[in-house]
Amino acid sequence: MAECHPVGFQWVMEAKARGAKVIHIDPRFTRTSAVSDVHVPIRVGTDIAFLGGIINHVLSNDLDFREYVVAYTNAAAIVGEDFVDTEDLDGLFSGFDPETGHYDEASWQFESQVGSGETGHTDRPGDGVDQDDPAGAQEQERLAQDESVKEADPHQAFGSGGPPLHAKPLRDETLQHPRCVFQVLKRHFARYTPEIVADICGVEPEVFLEVATAVTENSGRERTTAWVYSVGWTHHTVGAQYIRTAAILQSLLGNMGRPGGGILALRGHASIQGSTDVPTLFNLLPGYLPMPHALQHQSLDDYCAENSGAIGFWGNMRAYTVSLLKSWWGDAATAENDYCFGYIPKITGDHSSYRTIADMVAGKVPGYFLVGENPAVGHANGRMQRFGLANLDWLVVRDLQMIESASFWKTAPEIETGELVTEEIGTEVFYMPAATHAEKEGTFTNTQRLLQWRHQAVQPPGDCRSDLWFYFHLGRILREKLAGSTDPRDRPLLDLTWDYPTHGEQVEPSAEAVLREINGVGPDGRALSGYMDMKDDGSTTGGCWIYSGVYADEVNQADRRRPGREQDYVAAEWGWAWPYNRRTLYNRASADPAGKPWSERKKYVWWDEAAGRWTGDDVPDFEATKRPDHVPPPGAKAQAGIGGADPFIMQGDGKAWLFAPKGLADGPMPTHYEPAESPVENALYGVQANPGIEEIQAPYNRGNPPTSDVYPYVFTTYRLTEHHTAGAMSRTLPYLSELQPEFFVEVSPALATERGLDNGGWATLISARSAIEARVLVTERMRPLRLKGGRVVHQIGIPYHWGAEGLSTGDSANDLMGVVMDPNVHIQEFKVATCDIRPGRRPRGAALPEYVEGFRRRAGVRSGTMPIGGRVAVEETP
Amino acid sequence: MTTVSSASPGLPGTGRPDGNRLFGPLPDVSGDAGYEPDHPARVGFFTDTSVCIGCKACEVACKEWNTLPMDDANGTRDQMALSGMSYDNTGMLGANSWRHVAFVEQVRTVDLPMPAVGLPGRSPGTGDVHAHDRVMADDAPRAAQTSVLNAQSLSEFDPQTGQSGDREIRWLMSSDVCKHCTHAACLDVCPTGALFRTEFGTVVVQGDICNGCGYCVPACPYGVIDQRKDDGRVFKCTMCYDRLTDGLQPACATACPTQSIQFGDLDELHARADARLATLQGQGVQTARLYGRDENDGVGGDGAFFLLLDEPEVYGLPPDPVVTTRDLPSMWKHAAAGAAMVVGVVLTAFVGRRP
Repeated sequence: MAECHPVGFQWVMEAKARGAKVIHIDPRFTRTSAVSDVHVPIRVGTDIAFLGGIINHVLSNDLDFREYVVAYTNAAAIVGEDFVDTEDLDGLFSGFDPETGHYDEASWQFESQVGSGETGHTDRPGDGVDQDDPAGAQEQERLAQDESVKEADPHQAFGSGGPPLHAKPLRDETLQHPRCVFQVLKRHFARYTPEIVADICGVEPEVFLEVATAVTENSGRERTTAWVYSVGWTHHTVGAQYIRTAAILQSLLGNMGRPGGGILALRGHASIQGSTDVPTLFNLLPGYLPMPHALQHQSLDDYCAENSGAIGFWGNMRAYTVSLLKSWWGDAATAENDYCFGYIPKITGDHSSYRTIADMVAGKVPGYFLVGENPAVGHANGRMQRFGLANLDWLVVRDLQMIESASFWKTAPEIETGELVTEEIGTEVFYMPAATHAEKEGTFTNTQRLLQWRHQAVQPPGDCRSDLWFYFHLGRILREKLAGSTDPRDRPLLDLTWDYPTHGEQVEPSAEAVLREINGVGPDGRALSGYMDMKDDGSTTGGCWIYSGVYADEVNQADRRRPGREQDYVAAEWGWAWPYNRRTLYNRASADPAGKPWSERKKYVWWDEAAGRWTGDDVPDFEATKRPDHVPPPGAKAQAGIGGADPFIMQGDGKAWLFAPKGLADGPMPTHYEPAESPVENALYGVQANPGIEEIQAPYNRGNPPTSDVYPYVFTTYRLTEHHTAGAMSRTLPYLSELQPEFFVEVSPALATERGLDNGGWATLISARSAIEARVLVTERMRPLRLKGGRVVHQIGIPYHWGAEGLSTGDSANDLMGVVMDPNVHIQEFKVATCDIRPGRRPRGAALPEYVEGFRRRAGVRSGTMPIGGRVAVEETP
Repeated sequence: MTTVSSASPGLPGTGRPDGNRLFGPLPDVSGDAGYEPDHPARVGFFTDTSVCIGCKACEVACKEWNTLPMDDANGTRDQMALSGMSYDNTGMLGANSWRHVAFVEQVRTVDLPMPAVGLPGRSPGTGDVHAHDRVMADDAPRAAQTSVLNAQSLSEFDPQTGQSGDREIRWLMSSDVCKHCTHAACLDVCPTGALFRTEFGTVVVQGDICNGCGYCVPACPYGVIDQRKDDGRVFKCTMCYDRLTDGLQPACATACPTQSIQFGDLDELHARADARLATLQGQGVQTARLYGRDENDGVGGDGAFFLLLDEPEVYGLPPDPVVTTRDLPSMWKHAAAGAAMVVGVVLTAFVGRRP
């Protein structure tokens, strides 16, 4: 965190000054480790084993916050008889189809109260679904099992809501039933002992127990513990399950929805949170509404069917969707035409970044917009990225600086190797210089969901323009060109509300007008005060339901800047946090089931009996006047179905899910799998890596076989404080370039001796994808780890900032990486892979691909030779 | 009209029995330089290295504000190269680097305590926290937080050392800067008056007056002031004199995210530093020390002083800096005596001559 978020790290330092113990778990010894109380070196890619060890420590020693667990989690729910754990199937859960690599969730379901027979009744897809539209919902659930729908990972699209549960599960409040979640979880993690943690992670039992003790002792009524991770945690084939493991631990310890608790995701850029809220992802609409699927959602009714009868706030999905459609298509959107639902493009499968790049390499994609990212350097498998860019017809790049992804046609390493020939690359590149954050106005949404307004400080120079300007005028020009068209396919564009006021010499659209549109407007023409005001009858608008309220009372709430010293510590009048300016989500959990604070010290939100409403330091994340003892009437829908003691209001059952009967592509509970490329075998199961792993089989994307002697070392990539991600914003600046002027790799003295590497000298690193060269920094901060049976594993640290452009240039670390992905979210595993390292510089020109091919041959990997021009199709079967 | 001396208070003078005011405590450096008594209080930097995270924001902010050129670790302008010395590619203070963050990697077989941090001037457990910090307020164990070993997991279990089993790693980071000495030798030896004492008690080079003679370079006991090779003139930290005159803080202190670099009135900084040191020592960090704080040291105390976690040499700082002009008076006396002797000898020679 000190490395990548030094400004945010000041608050960790302040917490430390106030007595917080700071524990840093990281394969490397970083600037963060330097000021932490404890640094725990861990083998990269083994975090589930480590966290699972703590969960086992909690469950085996009864260290969970039992009242919280019983009342607020699904620990008491009883899992159906058909469920079989990984412990009994050697690494697979029940329901796995080896042919498709997908799970059938049927056997993961809870026994539900609907059947209420002796043996219970399992909520299979199609069973016990909502009463309003059973046929529609059943049809949706049936289609959800289709492969093309699964590939589009609808699970991610459930967003904060999670998938709907249509029946109440049977519960055992004593947590003794052998099939209750608590017992299932306990058995599942029972083998994650300190000794196993040592075998897998390379963390000594004494150190592990020190961490486990610190975490558990600092949790409970009086104290809370927070986990902080950066996005590297998600860059694994089991990334979603990493976060799940932390969530399970925090729920068991009662650290969710309470001050000082939670799991805090540090994002890689200033407004990455914003770019998922108002998304740039192929399978999401604003506010985590799922992108409609061509097979499943032909009408608005289809689209809303699965959620329309659901309990929790997702039950109002139709109101959010209709308001969104009204924002986009205004008067053209009417009840008669399904509010223009048909105008929304439908997805047909996986259109995620890497799949699209593979299609580009195959020549199937004509054009591409590249905005604010530099895949030729920053994405996994840089070669694949560049082959893709070289096989387009046109490419639009908007960036602050000339980046490798715009100049690949002359700077790509593949030009030197002869795999790409400048004269033969057909891609026409349009480079559009972009305005920086100081040169435009608008909001940033940070990881706390806090929207902060930024004013323009200076006019952008030359032709640099804001993104808002670019898209507004692009849309304006397209609409002008299409004006008068009678082709129905042009209607979505022509019917758009595209009337933002503009100002200034550069005809800049008003960002405040856009923010107000996102907030939404009611029938009276006034800004909505929040999403509770949204209606499904077309009388309200709203571009992103969770953001509704940011323009409440016609005031830009994101622009509030009351200093912290003039407020309490929640600082509710600085900026605006979605939803409803709540600073801590699910904060109903900071009070006990009766609505009283768990402790005076951790008092946050509580029930005020006299006033008959929830109150506290934060905006209660609960219906204000719903009593803590409220029991929803049978058949109640949406938020009305949430009980007074169910804090997790976005979930269908109002509970934190220790066990996820739906919604995850790789199992209802996290389990340790080795990374796709690992030097060791899975110490727990016969299944080596995530069985649901997504791969792209092609010559440019060969994998290093697990436990291969040809690629014996683990490496991980990361950022340095001095540079920013793919380097466009730092390698181009003299003052930052000189601070880390050359591409280097970090190795331990032991590895340096083993491979003959000299500090300051050159080294070549080789994977099945490519070979790169870097300077060597020999440092004790990189530490070899001892695993099962005394096996020592060396880890190499590689900052990934470098490329061919800018003042400080070098090979790109991500050229070493292959593309293998998490099945839940299509995120690439590029925080861990294997390689070899040799002293000296790499071969040049055509000798380079031959050199890499030689390693592949020795490792028994298929040929990775690329044709000139780099156009190849994805191979059907491995 | 006040006459402001461009030199340190020197010979012969008042106050000191021997008349030498080139060293030793000096309560009012600006007044001594000739400023009227209503001059601003002396300001300085307190750099608390125990909370430095090595982000180098100070280096960048300094270069940005002062529009300094790039250079490499050897001080070569517009050059870049990896130094191979941990994460330090600046190398040293120089004409183009007025802040320099040192990165010291230590592996030892003994306990290397890393301190818990405390807010400046506030000792932990005093209850001196904002009233609204209810959540934190009764966090009494703060004072008891003595187990502050970082990377303690590396001790006893390091496979690299096998049986020896007691190695730990510590990564010290420290932002170095011109010390703005009470007795600044650079200023004393400057023949042109390019170096002068400001009303804030800091020492500043005037680039338009410096003639590039370079006398100041060997005079500095810290090796701070440096010539630009292609230019000849000398450059160093001005403590952002231009910002101070506009009521702003120096750029580095403004940029520092963890308050490792604190700017303020020197008296107040002394008090804060003393409290911080007491806190750390109370936590068992016996190696913590202040550097440049003592007005009885060889330079009369520094305007920019430090809290270090190890010997000064570990950070590349001289253990016992002495103003190089301290012995100037006696040197002149000896020189005068020598000259007199030479004259005497010569005269004697003449005296001894036959008429």
